Amino acid sequence: MRHLLQKLGFYLIALWAAISLNFFIPRWMPGNPVDIMLSKLAQRGPVTPETRRAIELLLGGDSSLPLLDQYWQYLGQVLGGDLGVSVAYFPTPVVQVIDQTLPWTIGLIGISTVISFLFGIGLGQLAGWKRGSWLDNVVPVTTMFQSVPYFWLALILLFAFGSIWQIFPLNGGYDVWEVSPGWSPEFIGSVMYYGTLPALTIVISSIGGWMLGMRNMMVSTLSEDYIVTAEAKGLKPRRIMTNYAARNAVLPSVAGFAISLGFVVAGSIVTEAVFSYPGIGSALLQAVNSNDYALMQGIFLVITLSVLGANLLVDLLYTVIDPRTRARA
Amino acid sequence: MTGLTEAPALVSGAARLRSLGRSMPEMTPKLAAGLGIAALIVLFGLVGPLLVGNPSTVNDVGLSAPSAEFPLGTTQTGQDVLAQLAHATRGSLTIGLIVGVLVVALSAFFGIVGAYAGGWIDESFSLISNVMLVIPGLPLVIIISSYVPDKSLLLVAVVLAITGWAGSARVLRGFTLSLRNRDYVAAARVSGEKPWRILCVEILPNLVPLLASQAVFAVIFAILGEAGLSFLGLGASGSFTWGTMLYYAQNGLALRLGAWWWFVPPGLLIALFGAALSLINFSIDEIINPKLRAQTRQTRKSWGLSRAELRRVAKEDEL
Repeated sequence: MRHLLQKLGFYLIALWAAISLNFFIPRWMPGNPVDIMLSKLAQRGPVTPETRRAIELLLGGDSSLPLLDQYWQYLGQVLGGDLGVSVAYFPTPVVQVIDQTLPWTIGLIGISTVISFLFGIGLGQLAGWKRGSWLDNVVPVTTMFQSVPYFWLALILLFAFGSIWQIFPLNGGYDVWEVSPGWSPEFIGSVMYYGTLPALTIVISSIGGWMLGMRNMMVSTLSEDYIVTAEAKGLKPRRIMTNYAARNAVLPSVAGFAISLGFVVAGSIVTEAVFSYPGIGSALLQAVNSNDYALMQGIFLVITLSVLGANLLVDLLYTVIDPRTRARA
Repeated sequence: MTGLTEAPALVSGAARLRSLGRSMPEMTPKLAAGLGIAALIVLFGLVGPLLVGNPSTVNDVGLSAPSAEFPLGTTQTGQDVLAQLAHATRGSLTIGLIVGVLVVALSAFFGIVGAYAGGWIDESFSLISNVMLVIPGLPLVIIISSYVPDKSLLLVAVVLAITGWAGSARVLRGFTLSLRNRDYVAAARVSGEKPWRILCVEILPNLVPLLASQAVFAVIFAILGEAGLSFLGLGASGSFTWGTMLYYAQNGLALRLGAWWWFVPPGLLIALFGAALSLINFSIDEIINPKLRAQTRQTRKSWGLSRAELRRVAKEDEL
């Protein structure tokens, strides 16, 4: 229980750090984002005093208020779910833009990360178990895919499967002309068809890291005494591999999930740009290109929140699969 | 008194040098290939820009495939891709180098110093690095760089370093924690060595392989991060890197026009350089973790054992 509270406490601190970072960045950076935002908003339509105030609080235009007061009001506004109005998607509120794009990204990154993790761990386990086999020799090759930039791999896949052999569509998240969004089989099929190449990009680029980490831990674990004991007891090799070696070898991979997830999220943003995928990465670029600072800050906050949430889930999973964390507390 | 304390230090220093020599990675095919490829690319980045023409010169040949005059073809405005590639290599390697140095310095400070000092310093340092670790780096870099209109290469490097040190710091902290409780460190402390001396002379040399591997990771991270940033059009202004080349290729519709000579070489160089550095890291890993070093079936085959003998050795190994 104490361990759990410690974890939750850490994530609360991280959350506070992310929100504070979001508060200070626009205030510390050169330039005057509030003026740019307000003048852009004024071009699109009348700016109400409430909108102006919200933008000023988010981006730091009102210097008459002490910084601490600004901070408290900003916290109140953000926690109340008001992230301002988007310029790029005027007059949609930022929260609504995020609401529309986030499911795409979470679906894409979530599914491809799970696939990549399961396959990587499974293959790494086999490679470590049968040291020096052909599978083991493949491991260095897959780690080379890791140093391939996501977006370049995406370009190559697009070039091969979109331009040369026109198997997959060039961009988008679903067939905009043929199907309409909803829980219909046609729409889901279309989403899967359009998502194949982006997901493939993420899986190919990230699987090598999982494989190598698991393979190396497997090799280390296999030389432990308890493996010898298990062999001496005459347990079936299969059981030793999965229940004794793999279960212990997988722990560092799970513990290092935060680092890997950071890479995947970074890669996915750029991948979305290549495929014009209707996710949050594309929205972030749209925001950057049109100096839509409110949307930018909002998206940064939401990406951070999602990553924190994913890490919290993995941390909780870790306490389940590693009983020692519970015993120590 | 001074003579007494200095003499053993000299001896142990020499011994340490010798053990450092022994811990140098063995020249395996993997390491040789990694070093070879990395050296070639670095050489290309150093010497290449001197041999090629101005990368921005516009020729009236338009988009053309590789030919005798332009070995890697031209862009849609007739710029020599090879010349661009040479300058881009230099730019990307510069970023990698700066970020590598900065990341090692930052992570060593937060990881090693924190872990050695212990107490609240360690707690707070480790909290800072853990928070930095879970805050996704690239979105933060994108936000920061979109506020600054004119960015220098150095600024981009610093921002990348600030968002990229946390992982290394955590690895270093874990290793330092196990080192500081070793008997020889306790002995040094009891014999009255100053903390900074224990840190620099007793602990740091044992961390050299780990630092090296973290530096290599940092260079890969930096080059990939910068490439992503430049590809989105947010890189340093007026710079030539592999990422900016891909940005111009993407915007010049190289993909639709089938101009593979434009978008394949920069990405391929990133991948090759990254792969070379990973190969080097494999060899460093085997120093840090000797368990990885045991022979594989491939090396055993070269001993000229029969099939049955091989199986027996493998069986023994698994036990």
